[in-house]
Amino acid sequence: MTFVFNKVIPFLALGLLFVGHYMGLFVAPTERMMGDVYRIIYTHVPAAWICLIAYTLSFFASVYYLIRNKMGADTFAEASAEVGVVFNAILLITGSIWGKPTWGVWWTWDPRLTTAAIMFFAFIGYLALRRFITEPERRATWGSVVAILAFIDLPLVWYSVKWWNSLHQLQSSPQTVDAAMVTPLRISAFAFLFLYIWMVHVRYKIGVKRLALEQATPAPLAQGATP
Amino acid sequence: MSLIESTNKSPSLLQTVWLILQKDLRIEWRQRARINATAFFAILTLLLFSFAAGPQAALLEKQAPGYLWLAIFLASVLALSESMRLENDNEALEGLRLLSTTPLAIFLAKAILNSLMLWSLGLLLLPLSIAFYDAHMELGLHQAALVLFLGSAAISAPGTLYATITSKLQAREVLLPLLLFPVLIPGLLASVKAMTLIYTGDPMQQLPSWLALLFGFNLIYWIVGGLLFGRVIEE
Repeated sequence: MTFVFNKVIPFLALGLLFVGHYMGLFVAPTERMMGDVYRIIYTHVPAAWICLIAYTLSFFASVYYLIRNKMGADTFAEASAEVGVVFNAILLITGSIWGKPTWGVWWTWDPRLTTAAIMFFAFIGYLALRRFITEPERRATWGSVVAILAFIDLPLVWYSVKWWNSLHQLQSSPQTVDAAMVTPLRISAFAFLFLYIWMVHVRYKIGVKRLALEQATPAPLAQGATP
Repeated sequence: MSLIESTNKSPSLLQTVWLILQKDLRIEWRQRARINATAFFAILTLLLFSFAAGPQAALLEKQAPGYLWLAIFLASVLALSESMRLENDNEALEGLRLLSTTPLAIFLAKAILNSLMLWSLGLLLLPLSIAFYDAHMELGLHQAALVLFLGSAAISAPGTLYATITSKLQAREVLLPLLLFPVLIPGLLASVKAMTLIYTGDPMQQLPSWLALLFGFNLIYWIVGGLLFGRVIEE
């Protein structure tokens, strides 16, 4: 298992990332309306998918922690949320870069954009809160509550902003996109998925070690010294 | 009946909520300086918006509902953190838990108290925003009161939960708005939209859908808040 996580998954992630982006940049045809600008979707769209997966898994891990009180679930929830925030940042930055030449603006108050931005701040809040709680059990409990509250807000944000204002184009599906464009997109999506698994695995191991350090007996006490 | 007397026969949920609410209302009334300070802070915020927008009457009138809600939002952070700080002094929350109360009753009482406080604040700011921004209300006062009530309740349910979490932490002044504001966006959007319709009129009958959104937001966060509050205050 260690071999798979330490060698196979990083290799797959980086390899597919290279192949997917190479095909996206040089092999896939130019889009008729947008020209070459559209090629950013090979980073943008997979980042959106993985970001959503990361937050969803963080939510379920938080619920599981509140039911079973397993510290491992909370460590995973934090790892997944942290990696989710990274992909969320990529999503917002690439979206903004694409928006300027296509829509003529860096930012617009469209449901998808607004939801992505709010999601980003909600989970930044979750990560920030955790930094201020020193007691592991309390950090896990309060962190889980905040993650749940942030996640259940997403559909509400999406619908409220949708009613409020809408500009984003409908999402593409394999039926609406040329096959030559779909293949690199699929490869990139798998690349990001392996990248996510790799990053979460590393972050989870760090979390487990930090927790062990926090819960360990202080060195002088372990050696039998009187405080 | 006091909380101590009630230990012989356990009181119902509603009785407990009412007793805690009475206690908190009494404390708030005796320390009126805090309510006053929050109210003046909100009024000052209303004034500041007009300085930011410049003295253009038309622009101010158009933005009046948004400014009204932003003033309530900013003041809510102060009101929420103050209401929980009270319970942390002398470990008062611990004392409350030792009596025959349930976490659900404590949550409901605190959230209702915060809703009432913010609603009163909203009712105070409404005529002031009309005066400052030269706005007019096309729809009735009862509709405005309903929107203010639903919006205040929408802030209070997640707000009470987050204020309880952050009140014991060092960086509470920063953490409470950081956690609360992103979650409140749908509530803010619906409140501002509904208030705008009340100011400008509602020929397309859009008000019911925004009220439904506010109601749904409240329903979700009051239920989830009630479910999770026990875990938040456990030792």
